[in-house]
This record gives sequence, structure tokens and C-alpha cells, in this order.
Amino acid sequence: MQLDYKELGLRVGLEIHRQLNTRRKLFCPCSTSPPLRGGARIEVARYLRETQSELGEVDQAARFESRRMRRIVYLSDPSATCLVELDEEPPHPINEEAVRIALTTALMVGARPLDEIHVMRKIVIDGSNTSGFQRTCVVALGGEIRIDGLAVPIQTITLEEDAARIVRSTPSEVVYDLTRLGIPLIEVSTGPVLTSPQEAARAAEAIGRLLRATRGVKRGLGTVRQDLNISVRGSGLMEVKGVQELELIPKVVEFEARRLKHLQDVMAELGRRGVSPSLVESQPIHDVTGVFRDTGSRVIRRKLSEGGVVLCLRLPGFAGLLRGEGEVRLGRELAGYAKAWGGVEGIFHSDELPGYGVSEDEVRSVRTLVGAGEGDAFVLVADEGARAREALEAVRTRAAQACHTIPDETRGALQDGTTVYLRPRPGAARMYPETDIPPFRVSPSLLAEIARGLPPPLEKVAEDLMRRYGLSSQLAWELIDEERVEEFEIIVGLGIAPSVVASVLTEGLKQLRREGVPVENLDTERIAGYFRLVSEGATAKESALQVLAEMSRDPTLGPEEAVDRLGLRAPPLEEVRQFIDQLVRGVTPEERGRAAGRLMGELMKKYRGRVDGSLLNKLLLERISAS
Amino acid sequence: MSSEKWEGYSGLLLEMIRGAGCEVGDEVEVERPDGSRFRGLLMSKTELSAENIIVIKLPNGYNVGVAVDPSCTIRRIAPGRRPAFTRPPTPPQRPDLPRVRVIGTGGTIASRVDYRTGAVRPAISSEDLVSLVPELYDVAYVEAEVLLSVYSEDLTVKEWELIAERVYQVVRGGGEGVVLTHGTDTMHYTAAALSFALQRPPVPIVLVGAQRSSDRPSSDAATNLIAAVWTAARAPFGEVVLAMHSWHSDDEVAIHRGTRVVKMHTSARNAFRSVNASPLALYRSGSLEILDADYHPRGLDGFVYAPGFSDRAALVKFYPSMGPQILEYLEASGFRGVVIEGTGLGHVARRWIPVIRRLTDSGFFVGMCSQCRFGRVNMRVYNTGRDLLAAGVTQLEDMLPEVALVKLMWTLSRADDLEGVRELMLRPIAGEIGARILPEVACNWTTRS
Repeated sequence: MQLDYKELGLRVGLEIHRQLNTRRKLFCPCSTSPPLRGGARIEVARYLRETQSELGEVDQAARFESRRMRRIVYLSDPSATCLVELDEEPPHPINEEAVRIALTTALMVGARPLDEIHVMRKIVIDGSNTSGFQRTCVVALGGEIRIDGLAVPIQTITLEEDAARIVRSTPSEVVYDLTRLGIPLIEVSTGPVLTSPQEAARAAEAIGRLLRATRGVKRGLGTVRQDLNISVRGSGLMEVKGVQELELIPKVVEFEARRLKHLQDVMAELGRRGVSPSLVESQPIHDVTGVFRDTGSRVIRRKLSEGGVVLCLRLPGFAGLLRGEGEVRLGRELAGYAKAWGGVEGIFHSDELPGYGVSEDEVRSVRTLVGAGEGDAFVLVADEGARAREALEAVRTRAAQACHTIPDETRGALQDGTTVYLRPRPGAARMYPETDIPPFRVSPSLLAEIARGLPPPLEKVAEDLMRRYGLSSQLAWELIDEERVEEFEIIVGLGIAPSVVASVLTEGLKQLRREGVPVENLDTERIAGYFRLVSEGATAKESALQVLAEMSRDPTLGPEEAVDRLGLRAPPLEEVRQFIDQLVRGVTPEERGRAAGRLMGELMKKYRGRVDGSLLNKLLLERISAS
Repeated sequence: MSSEKWEGYSGLLLEMIRGAGCEVGDEVEVERPDGSRFRGLLMSKTELSAENIIVIKLPNGYNVGVAVDPSCTIRRIAPGRRPAFTRPPTPPQRPDLPRVRVIGTGGTIASRVDYRTGAVRPAISSEDLVSLVPELYDVAYVEAEVLLSVYSEDLTVKEWELIAERVYQVVRGGGEGVVLTHGTDTMHYTAAALSFALQRPPVPIVLVGAQRSSDRPSSDAATNLIAAVWTAARAPFGEVVLAMHSWHSDDEVAIHRGTRVVKMHTSARNAFRSVNASPLALYRSGSLEILDADYHPRGLDGFVYAPGFSDRAALVKFYPSMGPQILEYLEASGFRGVVIEGTGLGHVARRWIPVIRRLTDSGFFVGMCSQCRFGRVNMRVYNTGRDLLAAGVTQLEDMLPEVALVKLMWTLSRADDLEGVRELMLRPIAGEIGARILPEVACNWTTRS
């Protein structure tokens, strides 16, 4: 069923994060792309606690995390981290190189840079920051980007430190690698004005291009993270974290729209059935372990053998409302809360029972025990006692909310485009000033300097490529997307046809990458060196992929050696002429005109990759017409 | 300097803010001539912020700095509420547990961010502190009080005496352990002072601090405090000790002897190290590993309360080309003794010798420690050393310079003549002079990158 996004009142805002390609990290002098030696690594164990903000409040999201006092282990590689990442030394003043890139971005979209940048501590106590907070600052407010005539307002442009990378996680311990911690991230966030999945994707793409146009961002896997703020009319705000690929954005938006619509339908139905939040809140949690002594459910048997219990919550008037379509169902939402708050593996609910080894008799017994009639639903959790109770308390709270509201949530995006509940949405209470870092004054002279050196937007770069070199729009954009524009212009400057260069640098390298060739080993110098040989006639452009592949596999190999190693060096012209002469003389003069195609085929067979085809053709025709 | 209502603001901007009837915490709106508006809470600010900058907390929680001049308008939208620390509810006390008194003296462990100066300052009470660490209530029957609230660099011998007296009262009153929360900068000096003033105490007296303030999720305060309270409640020894992280991890806290420990790092959690000795014990989640079994056990046996310190003693570090005038100045200013951090085995330039001889002849104490930090002084190896000894210098064995200074301050308040001072300085009182220095267990060297 196609959703009517307009009728739903869908509103999407974006937060696009991208790593900056600065030399140093944001608050210490460690490199952002260190030569990892993988040698001496130390392991440091820590615990984090909730704290109060400067307003004397404890943030809900921070409290959520600190309910689970987990041991946090940090792996620290001395080639990539110092005492600052370990929270053993105060941060250094903010990296001006990063501020300049953020200001460049701001000026490119007409945002208003702040006069003084104040670094804040955003409490994040899942362990991804050793300090228990992420350092972040607003650099500019306002501005807009345009997509297909639609002006998308920018809300903020912020700079923040990237978090540590999670290595593994169990309920009792989580391990992080500190290498990434402190790399500057720019965040561009838009107002919630996007009204369809496609519009959201196009806006994300436009912001991606804007950031790349600054020439100050890193590329490759893990350098981009997109968060989506999604709501429909009357719902809370869903902050969906960690959408890695652009292609996933429309899927996630559509899923969320569908999910929120379903929750609205459930709310309306609960209203019709007269179910009130207070009725749900007043439901006790029952111990129904006795029912499952001889259960056929493997999961429950395992939990009971580990000393667990089975607890049950009655949901009055919820019968039939926990199942939905596919991944969109209230039951899945309740399970998300149970997992997040109780740390349990999952729940069973009456809309899917009997099933999963739970028998009809057991369902009947539970219904009797908890007083659940035909119109009621119930939820079971089998786990260690305290965990099971916390899980069902979270389920009760969420089920009560389902009667009258769709609460704000932080959700995680999955690879299939669906989302799961992670934690409550953090509020302003989790922000307080980073007093170890002095404010950064954005002087008018600094802004004027940045304004003078503003790079052109990528749309302008593409236009130039098409106009000056006669490239198709597709090739021009591919060069831009692969960040090979400068390389392209250097090589074209050697006198090689632009279309040849563009296709080698885009399609050609892509093909090699697909074949598993490590093309990231190629640098501009060696690629240009190869094309210089082509321009001098020392080899033919048809050898490009072979030579580039060879140089990719051996990072120390120069173009001359590569051409020789592959036997692709052009023979002396005299030798080619002699061979042509021989061929032509093998054909009777009257047949020569018609045989040109066949002779050319033989020439190419012998000289492909060594001598340029057009040169061979020219020499052949010269010889034929001379006879 | 503006009052608390306008913390951090001054000059023209302060006048504009006051003129608009605004104070910190109010919801305000700033409008600039170009029509741009900034709306949020007026925040106090640091002194590093420029004078014409107004700091506003936006609804998303971010603080931003906006330049304001007379062409701008500041409006008060709504009154705000001032930041306040609310103490979480404390769990019930368990009378079956050992009674431990937590005495606050100030420092990072009891600090919160000062939004005016941007620094951390003593702001929360001992009660607030223990309420933030509910685990303490499973370890001991904790009673908390605030004795002082000062930066540790502002402490003097007067405060040492005050602290010693209060600890003495608590111990006499039946306390089963004492914990002192303290600023780390001079915590080792106070530890040494208490070691001499409360010899062979009947219960553990544990100094504890933090290198990260308690308002940070990553603060080391909780771990250190739990270890300190646990040690105070259950350790088998009656000694003055100092409890701080043994390393970067939160898993282990070293319990250092009060006369053997110094602060050796400006910022890391494991700033404190025992020198010329191992720590007395290591605390790991609910258990204590004793590393030095030669301790004074709990109990009243041998307890001596000997308060009193003189501030007429000084600590002087020798450096190349330094002249001896500093000693003459000290004597002329009424000082009665000095501990010199000499080079190597315990040397100063030979031209100091006549000055030292004259001073010691007049009854001024000159003691020698080494600036090497590790090892023992020995002034009989080289001529200079022998000549210094002949000039009346007392070599202070393997005593740490800071500890020797504190001991001299203590000694000067009870010995009248130079012979008496010398005798007391060399008499082992509280583990400050050790007999054996062992080789280092492991190489402490890491690769630089």
C-alpha cells in the first residue's frame, strides 16, 4: 500500500556527519590517519557514571545508560592516541584547521558563523567517549541548500570529535578502539522540512556534495554517518542513528512513516476500545514460572535451567494489536524496550502464541493466572529475575504510552532499512560547557580570508568539465564522485584525449577494483607517468588497465618498469613499417582496398597495447595507397 | 567584576544586560541590526570569552557566543532558574558496618565546574560526594562532614594542625576509619604531616583525591573514594595512607604509605607513586592485597598524637650556577632550617660550603636530599660530599625531599637546638626512612610515536 506522505504530515530533517581530513585531531596533536603499526597496544578499563548538567538536571538518556554499569575496555595504540584520548590529559585548544573547514562550509551555504565558538560537553556514557561526553560546538547557524528548486534550511553546522570505534560488546563489558576518537567530524543538520523519502535522499546527496566541495573531508568507508529526524503529524520525534549509505535513506524514511502510521492506528483502536494509560500502568507483574515447568519452548527451558523466571504482564484490551504487517508491529516495539531496558533477549506476546514451543494449554494457564480475558493481550519474559522485571516495566510504560502518544525515541538503522529502539531521546540537559577549552573567536578578518578562498560548488565543477572537455554529465560526475578531477586535468594536459582519460580513471579503475586489484596503491604521479609514456608513443593507451593493475599490485613499481615487465613497450617504428610492408605485399594489389579491415585486425593482434591503434591504421593506409 | 547575577559579564555589555532587566538563567533574545535573532538562556561565561560576547544556551543545549554592540537589542523573554546541585536520595545506612568518617578538605574530588571562571572549584560537600557514590553505603556506615573547602595549594601548617586535631577527635571518638578528601596537588605533604602528627594510629587514616572532577562521568573520584572507604573500614593496618589509581584503569587503587608518596604527573589518574618503596597495598573491587607486611596493625598500641608544625623550614632545589645567597636570605628572614634537593648523591657547588658552615655553626639546620627522586643520598663518595658533611650538612638517607621538609617543620616545633633537630630528623618515625631499596620490577619505558 502506497503511503500518502502529505496526508500523514511526514517531516524529515537530516544530520549529515563527515570526518574531516585534517592533519591533527580536533583536541590533540595525534594524526587523523596514523601509520598503524599494530604493535604496542595497551588496554585500559574504566567505568562511567551519570552526572548532572549545569542546570542541575540528569539527562534521561544518560540515566538510561548508567543503569547498566558496564566495564568499558579501551584499546589504545600509541601511534594513534595520546593521554588526551585516554582522558588522562586535558584537551588542547580546538584545531583551527578544522574550524576553517567548518567555516568554509558555512559560507558556502550562506550560514551565519557565530562570533565566538563555545565547545560543549554532550553527555554520552555508553563508553564511546573516554570522558563520558562528546565535545561538540556550533560553528554557524542558518543558511540553505537548494535541491530541485526546493530551499532546504540548514539549522546548524557543528564540529565535534568522532567517537571511539566499538570492537565488541556483551551485557557486562564493552570494548572500544581509541584510534578514531577525536577525529574532527562536521555535522550539517537541516530543518525538518523534507516531506518524502526521495526528497530526504536528494538533500543528503546535496549535502554530501557540498562537504566534498570543501576538499577538507575524508572519503571511504566509515567516514560518513547520516542521522535522520523523522516525525509524522502528532507523533514524537524519531532520531534514527547511523545510516551509512545514501541508498538506505529512502528505505528508512518509508519504514518509519509506515511504522508511525501503524502506531497511530493502534492508538485510535485503543481509544475506541476505551483502554486508558492508567489502566495499563496499574497492571501488576506476575510470576508465571510454574506454568512452564515442563514447557516445550527451548528458549524458556534454557532460561529456567540458568535459574531464570518467567514473568507476565497483562495488557488489557490489547488483543490483536501486537501483531501488524511484517516488521511494523507494536509487539516488535515492546520487544525493543524490553531488550534495551532489561537487557533481555526478547519477549513472547499473546498475539503470536501458541507458538515458539509454547502450547495452547500453557497460554490458557497464563491467561487464567493473570486474569487475561479474550480481549486482553499479555507479554512474557523469561530471564534472570531482576532483568525480566525491568524488561516488563519498560514494556508496561511503552504500552501505556501507546494509548495516547508516540514518544520521542533514539532508534538505530539496520542494514535492511528497518529501525530498532535504542534509548530515549536525549535532551538539552546533557549539554554543559567544556571549560578546559577556551572559546574560539571568529574574527571578521578570518571570515574575510576564508570568503576569498571559497572553493566552487561541485555543480559548477561538473559544468566546467562538460564544457571544457566535452565530457558527458555522467563521466563528469563520476570524476567528481571519485575525487579525480585534479588528476584528470593533469593527464589531459599531457595531450591525451579527455574521454580516454576520464573513462580510464572512472570505469577502468572501478573494473580493476571489482577484480580485486588494490587500486588505492596508485598515486597521481605514477598514473600521470604512465600517460606521459602514451603521449610519447612509448606504449599505447590500450595497455592502460594492464599497466595500472601491475603498478597497483607493486607499489614500488614505476611506469617504465611496468611497461617493460609486461612487454608493452612499442617497437621501433621502422619494425612496424616492415611488418606492414610484409602484410601488404602478401595481398594482390587489386584486393588491397577490400583487405584493409582484415590486415588491420592482424596488426592489432600483434601490437595491441604497444602501438596506438590509430597510428597503425594511419601507417597501413599510407602503405596501401602508396602501392 | 560583576556579581553572580551577571557572572563573567562586564563593561558596556553588562550595562545592556542589566538595562534589559536580565540575569543569568533568564530566557533572553538578542536582535542584531541585520535582523538576525538569537533566543535562549543567558549563560554565565568564562573570563577567556571576549568582553562584547553574550553567551546564550540555545534550545538544543548548545552555548553560542554572539557579539553585541549598542545597535543590538537584548530582551528578557522569561525569568529563568539558576543552576543548582540537587543531591540524589541516599540509601539507608547500615549500622552493622564499620563506622567511617569522611572529612572534606576541598580539592578536585569535591569540585564542580565554575561557570564563571571556567575552572573547577570546591563546590560540593562531603555529603553530596558520598551521595553520588551509593556503593559506599554497602561498605561502611559513612558519616560525612566538611572541615575545609580550599584548594590544596592554599593549605598551610595551620590547616595541617586543624586536620590532625579533627582526625584525632574522630579516632578518639571510636571511629573505625577516617577518610580525608583532599586536593591532589599537595595531598602528599598533608599525608606526611599526618604521619608525623598521628603516629601508629589505631585505625587507617586514608587521604583520597581525584584527578577528574566529580561532575564528569569519567571521574576517578568514585573509584578512589570506594577504595579509600573500604580501606578505612577494613584494612588490617593503622597507618596514614593515600589512595589513588595505580594506573590508567579504574580497576586498581594503590594504597601508598603517607611518607613514601609523591605526585609525579600533572593530570593522569595514576599521578601518585611510591618512591623508594612499593605501595603498602593494592585495592581491587572489594579486596586488599598487602604488598608490605611490615605495617603497624590496627589498635591503640603505641599511638602517639604529636601535633605542631613550624613554617620556619624551607625546601631549596639546587641548580647549576646557583649561588648560596638563598640560604643567607632564609636565615636572615627567621628560618631555622632548610632541606636542600642536591644533585646526584647529595651535592651543591663547592662555593656553598663556607656559607653552610657559618649557618650550621649558628644553629641553622641544613639537610640534604637528592633531586634524583629515586635512591639514597651518600655524601662520602666524592670530595664535595665529604666537605659538605664536614661543614655540618645532615644527609637525609632515602627520605623524599617533600617528606623531609614536612618532618623538619614538625621537628622544629619540638626540638630546641641543632643537635636535637639532627637527632630527630634521622630517627625513623613513620616509615619515612627505609633500610632497603629494591631493584625496579619492570621497565617503565614505552615507545614514543
